[in-house]
Amino acid sequence: MAADQPFAIAIEHMGFRYPDNAAVSFADLNLKVEKGIRFGLFGPNGAGKTTLMNLMTGVLSVNEGSIKLLGKETGKQNKEVNTLFGFVPQDFSFYQELSPAENLEFFGAWAGLTQTEITNRTDELLHILGLEDVRNKPVEKFSGGMKRRVNLAIGVIHNPQVLFLDEPTVGVDVQTRQAIINYLLKLNESGTTLIYTSHQLNEAEDLCEQIAMIDEGKIITQGHIDDVLKAHNHDSLENLFINLTGKAYRN
Amino acid sequence: MFKLWISIKKDVRILLRDKVGISLMFVMPIILVVVVTSIQNSTFQLVNKNKLPIVICNTDTGKASTQFIESVGKIGLFTVTQIPKEKAKTITDEMHGKDALLGIVIPSNFSSEVDKKAKSASDKAMVAFSGQADSIKTIAKSTKTNEIDPLTLYYNPVLQESLRFSIQGAIGSCLQLVQTRETLRTLYYASNEKELPKSLEDEMLNSNTTINMLPVSKDGTRTTPNASQHNVPSWTIFAMFFVIMSLGGSVVREKVSGSFIRLKTLPTNYLVGLLSKQITYLAVTLLQAAVIFSMGMLLFPYLGLPALNLPSDLFALFLVTLVCGWCAVSYSICVGVFSETQEQSNGFGAVSIVILACVGGLMVPSFAMQGLAKTMANFSPMHWVLQAYYTLFLEGGKLKDVLNNIGSLFIITVVIQFITYLGLKRKNLI
Repeated sequence: MAADQPFAIAIEHMGFRYPDNAAVSFADLNLKVEKGIRFGLFGPNGAGKTTLMNLMTGVLSVNEGSIKLLGKETGKQNKEVNTLFGFVPQDFSFYQELSPAENLEFFGAWAGLTQTEITNRTDELLHILGLEDVRNKPVEKFSGGMKRRVNLAIGVIHNPQVLFLDEPTVGVDVQTRQAIINYLLKLNESGTTLIYTSHQLNEAEDLCEQIAMIDEGKIITQGHIDDVLKAHNHDSLENLFINLTGKAYRN
Repeated sequence: MFKLWISIKKDVRILLRDKVGISLMFVMPIILVVVVTSIQNSTFQLVNKNKLPIVICNTDTGKASTQFIESVGKIGLFTVTQIPKEKAKTITDEMHGKDALLGIVIPSNFSSEVDKKAKSASDKAMVAFSGQADSIKTIAKSTKTNEIDPLTLYYNPVLQESLRFSIQGAIGSCLQLVQTRETLRTLYYASNEKELPKSLEDEMLNSNTTINMLPVSKDGTRTTPNASQHNVPSWTIFAMFFVIMSLGGSVVREKVSGSFIRLKTLPTNYLVGLLSKQITYLAVTLLQAAVIFSMGMLLFPYLGLPALNLPSDLFALFLVTLVCGWCAVSYSICVGVFSETQEQSNGFGAVSIVILACVGGLMVPSFAMQGLAKTMANFSPMHWVLQAYYTLFLEGGKLKDVLNNIGSLFIITVVIQFITYLGLKRKNLI
């Protein structure tokens, strides 16, 4: 069923408001992300990127409309949907007291893998992400770049069809950033849809095929990256971003 | 099951790497049990074995005061030190100097007044024996004001009220003995014009009925309770509930950390995580109890403390400990779920445990509580565990004797679990 779906994500007439009404909300939001592409979601601070990520991954529930992931409605603890995607949050979302291997064992089991699958995937991922030598050392002693790689490894342990990445390269050196980007490109080549947010717009130009820019809970532009730049008469995403969202500080 | 097993492995690993948490759960309670038992043992010995130091200043020169001092010494409760009569006004300083908890000043007319009272009582008795009723009334009227000056008993305020009353009773018995002896002697002399024979005096004054003191037990054993039997079980309960310092914080840490966001996106219900924590920390509480009980049995004798004797019904002990541990773990998770920060969890957790211990009778015996406090004790899980432990450790009870306590504890635990479930639902965590 999921394989026949043309869209990795289909958001239709989605409305969302935080209970306290203070934070950003969405009204009648529509967005479609084709399967197998690299999609970038950009916006200034407070625009609603993380909220939208949380809605797409089912961490938050919509008030109106629907969000479908590979044709299945997302929602709180929807087991069927939750096996289809992986999530790499902006924060280090693992147990710092544990080693990379121990973290992968735990999150792999919670993702529904068997012991054998966990063992094989752990070996493979630690090798690819250059963490073999430190596989049994507590993550709390790692550098920021190493922690980012562990964060990424956990998100892809179960070979998800769709991978959500919330600023996956923030605070890392050039080498680590290159390694992460290269790995993400390989993942995409093997069929994984990437849905990515970042403030690194140069990086986004290298990674993304299609983008959407959101501000104050609304999509202000979307489409193929070249088409969007052409339509707005800009040569870089950064210039387009400033042009569309202004120069004022955002909180 | 695989997910649960892996979750338990994760929790155990994190727990083993939390050195502060382990010390809070094991080392601190052990220190607490040793210190409290040592202190309580001193009190037990003070009451049961050691003698209370008492300073007596005798300003009287007669026989009765000497006999009184001898009687006080013979009770076996006091170590008597006499000080010169010139120091009567500074007896409190003498008490401080000699580390005495008690002091008595015998008034200067003590013996003469005892003699007078004995003579008066003897006269009444002689008249009564002769059947002259009118004469009895006359004598009674003439001796109404014949009272002995009060004997002043000074005490250190650290003495508990109950002990003070016991001391007052013991001193009163000595006074009564002196007065009765003197009355008997006077009466005998009045009727026989010779001294009361010593053997007869002893026979008349000494009670031939001994008091056989036996601890009440359900299994018929006659083991005298000691400080270890009292303290080790009660402070073990406290230690088990102190698991909140590690577990409550662990739940909050997981909840506020990024890992929880990831957990919510995975196809596993967070209840698996909570079940894993319950199993892991239940094992911890059982281990705590095993360590503290073993220490009471094996290490206490080397520290000069009485050894802990385990109850005969070990299965009942295990069951009570198991349900107690489950209750402690459930309470910790509940506090963790409702707390927004680790500081909230630790602060509220620690204070609430102390309150539950107070209400539950760990610090003040629940039988000494009155009214509302006694009713509130029923809502503290520690109360039910403590009663069960006392039944097993002190009264030699069996499983059937503690089923009521286990049932009540179980109900409290289920209520806590239900509240936790509602909290998880309300906070959108499951």
